[in-house]
Formats: sequence, structure tokens, C-alpha cells
Amino acid sequence: MDETHGQIEEMQSAIVLQRLTKLFGPTPSDVLPFVHQGLDKNKIFNEHGHVLALRDISLKIETGKVQIIMGLSGSGKSTLLRHINRLIEPSAGRILIRGRDVLSLDKQELRKFRQHQISMVFQRFALLPHRTIQDNVAFGLSAQKATSSAQRETANTWVHKVGLGGYENSFPAQLSGGMQQRVGLARALATGAECLLMDEPFSALDPLIRTEMQDLLLELQSELGKTIIFVTHDPDEAVRLGDNIAILKDGELIQHGAPMQILTSPKNDYIRTFIQDVNRGRVVSVGTIANGETKTCDGPDIVATTPLAEAARLLTNHPDVSARVVTEKGHPLGSVTLTSVVEAMAAR
Amino acid sequence: MPEWLLNFPAMTPDALRSVTRSIDAGYLSFSRAFGDAIESFFDPLLLLLIWFEQILLRTPWVIILMVLVLIAYGASRNLRLVAGVLIAFLLIGYFGMWENTMRTLAIILVCTVIALMIGIPTGIWMSRSDRVQAIITPVLDVMQTMPIFVYLIPVVMLLGLGKIPGMLAVVVYAIPPVIRLTNLGIRLVDKDVIEAADAFGAGTWQKLARVQLPLALPNIMAGINQTIMMALSMVVIASMIGVKGLGQPVLQAVTNQYFALGLFNGLAVVGLAIVFDRVSQSYGKRLQQHR
Repeated sequence: MDETHGQIEEMQSAIVLQRLTKLFGPTPSDVLPFVHQGLDKNKIFNEHGHVLALRDISLKIETGKVQIIMGLSGSGKSTLLRHINRLIEPSAGRILIRGRDVLSLDKQELRKFRQHQISMVFQRFALLPHRTIQDNVAFGLSAQKATSSAQRETANTWVHKVGLGGYENSFPAQLSGGMQQRVGLARALATGAECLLMDEPFSALDPLIRTEMQDLLLELQSELGKTIIFVTHDPDEAVRLGDNIAILKDGELIQHGAPMQILTSPKNDYIRTFIQDVNRGRVVSVGTIANGETKTCDGPDIVATTPLAEAARLLTNHPDVSARVVTEKGHPLGSVTLTSVVEAMAAR
Repeated sequence: MPEWLLNFPAMTPDALRSVTRSIDAGYLSFSRAFGDAIESFFDPLLLLLIWFEQILLRTPWVIILMVLVLIAYGASRNLRLVAGVLIAFLLIGYFGMWENTMRTLAIILVCTVIALMIGIPTGIWMSRSDRVQAIITPVLDVMQTMPIFVYLIPVVMLLGLGKIPGMLAVVVYAIPPVIRLTNLGIRLVDKDVIEAADAFGAGTWQKLARVQLPLALPNIMAGINQTIMMALSMVVIASMIGVKGLGQPVLQAVTNQYFALGLFNGLAVVGLAIVFDRVSQSYGKRLQQHR
């Protein structure tokens, strides 16, 4: 009974990481037992000369969702991401993608897997400076050995989809950072891969462009429904894009859950400090704070999924009333006032 | 003070003599036994050089000049450079050095092509393995620092005087820069881009041809350029073992103190060098328009 349940769950998960551990050093297998004994990261380095990058990470990533991996630099988030397409080999553990053991692939199979099933977007774009935008977008397709007309056609479609129509024959150096990352995104999407690994793709961009790129990603994702693993150190970005967030610290998975869950019940102080500056007004919906009774409400109705900031704006003209919070179908859930909304936005 | 502290305890002159003699004798018998075979191994190269030299010498100078101008234009698209090439070769011809210049041009081009055909793959091989790099680097150091005359001795013992030992000397002397800079260029390619190529499942060959070599091109071009320059600088020394060309009059001028003769031919070598350099550089630049 329990087993079948587990199997169903695994089929729904696009990617399953099981007890992934990574040690950097000359003889990881000798040091591995100490990791399993729970020896401290610093001790492993000082006494055994190995860097523990990841310890026992188990994670299920759902199909068609955006999974955030968040952590400070050095927390192992980029290392973890690179295990999924085996740019880095684990010291121990298993990686399953759609039930298939990625670690069992031989060289040839691994190349095929990377060509067709998983693609990647890089922090510093990693475009080919001597190739045009069109050719850069077609890079994955040429690795797949697609016909040149198919390459041209598909690349062209994606160049337009990311809003770079007209720049097909430019070179990367002629484009701004944001535009270069659009190329990176188009290159990753053009291969048709189902999984997309994104390694801090927007952290090199300035804030305005970053928001613009997040919008673009959300828009494309609502249409494409890819399984995205998105690494970031920015909590705002994480709650904005993520369906689920995994937080790493010193190579260990500290908490994993939906953004709201992490915002409303952080597991420890580390996470609390991490998320304290998140703009709750944009993420937390008014439904989560609606309470009490609705009969005496005299204000406008607000749909439960409305973000707090939006609700506050609706209520600024009615500072003294309490407003009914309703489901999309109009069922009353509770009420809020301007004060309760602002309090929730300012919560730490 | 004891004797062995004052004078270095060297081996006795007799012992040393017997060592050098036995090496010489060994090499002599080696060259007697295999000299002909090795010489015939290099025959195709000799034929190639002679064939090319004959083409350059027999074609009317006007046509050669036109071809040179066209190559310069095709490589650089720069009319000033083309005019420079034209003037340089007209002066060379006017001062009676056309034939020798053609001979030098022939050996330099053939040597450069050989050096690149061996050097670029060697550099690529070196860039792919630290062990290969550790082995080849000291060999290149020896090739670059060993006085040229020292390795001319065994080559001449083996193959006699003539074009082939001259070509070997030029290639050995000129090949290190292109090997070193190909290796360096590939090793310096942005790791992010290599990672991207891996992440999209590019194969070894695709990665080399589409990512590593194009991105290493500025360094490789610098290496090619250096190789050409070093080949040219070997012209005079090669003439000592019987390579005809601009080197011979220079050698003659040195031994007889003909200042003007030496100067003219020396300037012709310089002219060739500048033409080669500028044309190959601007071709390299045109290949990298995206920068």
C-alpha cells in the first residue's frame, strides 16, 4: 500500500534526488563514512582534507513546476544543480529523472540525455561570442544534429518568443546583459527539453531588467509548463517565481516547501533572517489572513488570491471598513481591514 | 684545503674524450646505416619545395605581384596595406633581389605550412592533457634555447648539406610558438562556455571545432604569426647549410664585409617579414569581427 503510493509519487515527480552527497577531494570514498557518521563540515575539511559540498540531499521535484534552490554563496546550490545533468558527479546518492537512473547512463547516453531532455541557463550567459544570436540559439539543436533548416526555423521561433526579433544576425557583444540572457533562455528552450536548469540566471542583471526577465520567465512558463530548477540567492525572486523552495545551508537541505509555507512558518532562525526582507505584500495572499465573521462587512469584496499589497491599495479609500474576503466563486472566507493587511505585510 | 675542493672533481680528459668519441661513433654509424632511408623519407617534402620554388621562379613577375596584391587585399581589405605590399615588392625587384626573394618565399611558406600542420594538432593534444603538456613543454624549451648550430651538426651529418636539412632546421626553430600558443589559447577559453557546450551535449569534436578553436583563435593567430617571423629569421642561418635565397648574399656580405649588399638583402628579409606580419594579422582581425 505504502509502496504503491511511493511509486505514484515518484511518477509525478520529474526529478528525484536521493541522499545525494558530494565531497571534493582526492579520495571521497574514504571520507564518505565520516559524512554518514554526521561529522561536522569543518572537521571533514581539517581532519580529512575534503570539502563537503552536499550532505544527504533528498528532494522530489514536481513535473511542470518551478523548484527554487536557494542559499547563500557556498551553500552548495549551484553544485546541487550541476548534479542533475551530471556536470558534477555525486560521491554518493541517486538521481532519477522520470524514474530513470541518470547515474547509470554511459557517455553516449549522457550526451543524448543532455541534448534532448535537460537544458541549462547560466549566470554569466555563456554564449558563443563569435556566433550570431541565431546561431547561439541553435547551438543545442546543432548538438542534436538537427537539419540546418530545422535549426533555422526553431531558432527563429524562439528568438521571437523571447522578444529578440530583428537581432538574429547581431553578435552577443552588441546586446545588453538582459538581452544576452534572453538569448541564453531561448537557447535552452529551443532544444525542446522538458527540464530546465537555471543557475542564478538573473543575478548578473540590474533590478529593473531582472524583474522584466522574471516576468518573461513566468509568461513562458505559464504557456510551456516546463520542470524548472532555479537557483538563486534572492528570496524575493524565490517567492515570486517558485512553486516550491528548497533552502540550503552549508550543503544541507534546511527546509523545503511552498513559498507561503516558508514565509509563514520558517523552520529556524536562519531561514527567518533569510526571508525577513521579502516583500510579503506581493507574495502573501489576502486569503491567508482573512478571519472572523463576514456579516458586518461594509467594504468591497476582495478575492482571496489577491496579494496583500493589492488589497491594501483597494482598501486605502476605505480606511475604517472591514472587507469581505471571498473565493473566486464568491464564497465568503472571512474579513480583513486595512490595519490587518498592513500588519501582515510588515510581519517579520 | 684538499685538492677536490679547489678544483671540481671532473672526469679525466681521457674519459671525457672516450665518451664523446663513442657518442660520435655511434651517431656516425647510425647515420651511415639509416641516412639514405631517412633522406628518402623526406623526399616528398623536397619535391614539394622544389615544385613550389619553380612555380615562383618561372611565373612572370607581374603575375606573382598581382597574386600577392590580391592575397593581401583578400586577407585585409585594406588598400593602404595593399599599396605597402606593392611598393615593397617593386623595390625588392628593382634592387635585383627578385629571384632570391622568391626562393626565400618558397621555403618560408612550405616551412610554415609544415610547422602549422604539425604544430596546431600538437598544441591541441597538449591542451587536452596535463601529462602531455608536462612532457612537451621541456622539449619545446630545448628547441628554443639549444643553439641552432648544435642541432644543425647532427642534421647535416645525417642528411648532408641542402634544402632538406635547411627546412628541418627552420621548422624545428619556428614550431614552438604555434604549439605553445595553441595550447595556451585553448586552455584559456572561458570555462563557462565550455560548460555550456557540455550541458547541451556537444561531442568532443563539436566542442573543439565550434567552441575551443574559434575562441582560442586570437592566441593561435599570434602563434602562427610568431612562427612565420621565426622562420624568416632562420633564413640566413639556413643559407649556411646550402639553402638558396636572401640568406646567401647576406652570408657573403658578412664574410667579405660588403656592407651595402648585406643591408639590401637584410632589408628585403625585413620587408618580407612586415608583409607577412601585417597581412596575417589583419586577416586574423577580420576573423574576429564580433569583438
